[in-house]
Amino acid sequence: MAKKIFPKEEVCVGCHLCEVYCVYAHSKYKKPTAKAHELVKLYNKHKDTKPTPRILVEEKSGEWTTFALQCRHCDDAPCTKACITGAMKKLEDGRVICDEEKCVGCWSCIMACPHGAVRRGENKKAASKCDLCLELGEPACVKNCPNDALVIKEV
Amino acid sequence: MRYVIIGNSVAACGCIEAIRKVDTQNPIVVISDERYRVYSRPLISYYLAGKVDESKMYIRDEDYYEKHKVETLLGKRAISVDFKNKEVILDDESKIKYDRLLIATGGKPFVPPTKGFELKNVFTFIKFDDVKAIDEAIKGGAKKAVVIGAGLSGLKAAEALVKRGLEVTVVELANRILGSILDLEASKIVQAELEKHGIVFKLETSVDEIMGADRVERVRLKNGEVLDSDIVVFAIGVVPNIDFLKGTELKINRGIVVDDHMRTNIEDVYAAGDCAEGYDFVFEQQRVIPIWSNAYNQGETAGYNMAGVEKTFDRGFPMNSIGFFDVHMITAGIVMPNSDDIEVLVKHDREKNAYRKIYIKNGRVLGFMFINSIDRAGMITNMIKEGLNVESIKHRLLDEDFGYLDLPKELRQEKISGGAKA
Repeated sequence: MAKKIFPKEEVCVGCHLCEVYCVYAHSKYKKPTAKAHELVKLYNKHKDTKPTPRILVEEKSGEWTTFALQCRHCDDAPCTKACITGAMKKLEDGRVICDEEKCVGCWSCIMACPHGAVRRGENKKAASKCDLCLELGEPACVKNCPNDALVIKEV
Repeated sequence: MRYVIIGNSVAACGCIEAIRKVDTQNPIVVISDERYRVYSRPLISYYLAGKVDESKMYIRDEDYYEKHKVETLLGKRAISVDFKNKEVILDDESKIKYDRLLIATGGKPFVPPTKGFELKNVFTFIKFDDVKAIDEAIKGGAKKAVVIGAGLSGLKAAEALVKRGLEVTVVELANRILGSILDLEASKIVQAELEKHGIVFKLETSVDEIMGADRVERVRLKNGEVLDSDIVVFAIGVVPNIDFLKGTELKINRGIVVDDHMRTNIEDVYAAGDCAEGYDFVFEQQRVIPIWSNAYNQGETAGYNMAGVEKTFDRGFPMNSIGFFDVHMITAGIVMPNSDDIEVLVKHDREKNAYRKIYIKNGRVLGFMFINSIDRAGMITNMIKEGLNVESIKHRLLDEDFGYLDLPKELRQEKISGGAKA
């Protein structure tokens, strides 16, 4: 069974905290005990670049609706089939992950992703995408959403 | 049951992976004239430029064949197929029996007859060995290069050679670069970027003769110009690599003709990838679509059918994502329509050097080209594939922040949930 995160646009307030926690969860500078407000320090450490969240908050001026979208970990994962390096792959547990060391930034995954859920990562060198927070056990965006607008479910 | 695959690139991967999803036991044999395990041909320019090393050329892990129980016959060329006796004949005269055969031999370089082609330091640009040889020539002191062809691979070759410090001239017969994926305005944007990095273009001409005593010294163009050159790279295009099958009962048009199951006209024989001619969903005709993801999808479809699980693939169409230096572009579908019932949406942001052009016919996206404004382009690619009616949202398609919020609520929730609910 694959796990997926679902947004509830009815209760999303567009606070972007999911992006903050996502960036923090994937920062190489994070400390296990640190809080998201330490992002300031973290941004300073990143120096030449800004870390990219692997989640995307959609919002439009003049509209109230917002929601946070990340990789849908598609069963059929078109990004994995378009990837010219083998960096983008579907794991046996259903997750789609990108091996950023292997990725060359050709953006075939961006061409192929039907949801527009793959982003160009730091310095636009490699694709950056939701990995469901492999090591944390629970996705940081889901755990820290103040309004429970993100839920993770097995489907 | 014994599956045999001729060819060892991404179509073969698609086939192997599909077969193993439904048949974990029966033997699979992969035959390839190249000695490498499955590597990425699109990465050869990155290798030449020094961006990826040999270990990163391989698109699957080292234990891939073992894990998928695949026997490999690498460095062996298939020279013919005896369809009656179901055997592939190799260049060492051995015969490989098959029950189901996939032909996935890809493309080979198209090289017009050119005087001087046999000289040293004349190369094509398709295989790993091609760039290894070019690398040797550069290490041997080559300083100037002429690249013939301003298509996707020619320009990737030119970019890599510039990154290696060579002076590069690109010769192209057409009046613009990347003529297969870009219109004139878009091609000028890309050409300007390449020129900024020192690449010189000679358009509307071609090579008349490559000259030199033993190795390349000069190139004479049809317009009379003579260029000093240490290496010449032919990158005009690829044609299906199927010469060894000509004259057999296998139905071949430009490529091996396949149906939407990737079946050929011969029972138990399938074809996929750049050697196959399948249905192009956007052009509405049989075509060779030499695109990486198309090859995977065709190989996968063939694999399922070979293993007895009926699947079809009828949504193939061309799409490209490519970048040169700091310019990135994604194009898909029909990008140079020649009918007048097509609506054109276009936006050229000169400040950002960004260009977006979309073609719409009967309310549906027929094709697009995006330059330097590519985020979320897959949403548009998918609209082509699904034939979604975009009449009500088309004014938003040119905007960089186009997204699911532009779709009707029900449709967006259905797409995001994939049927499941939060």
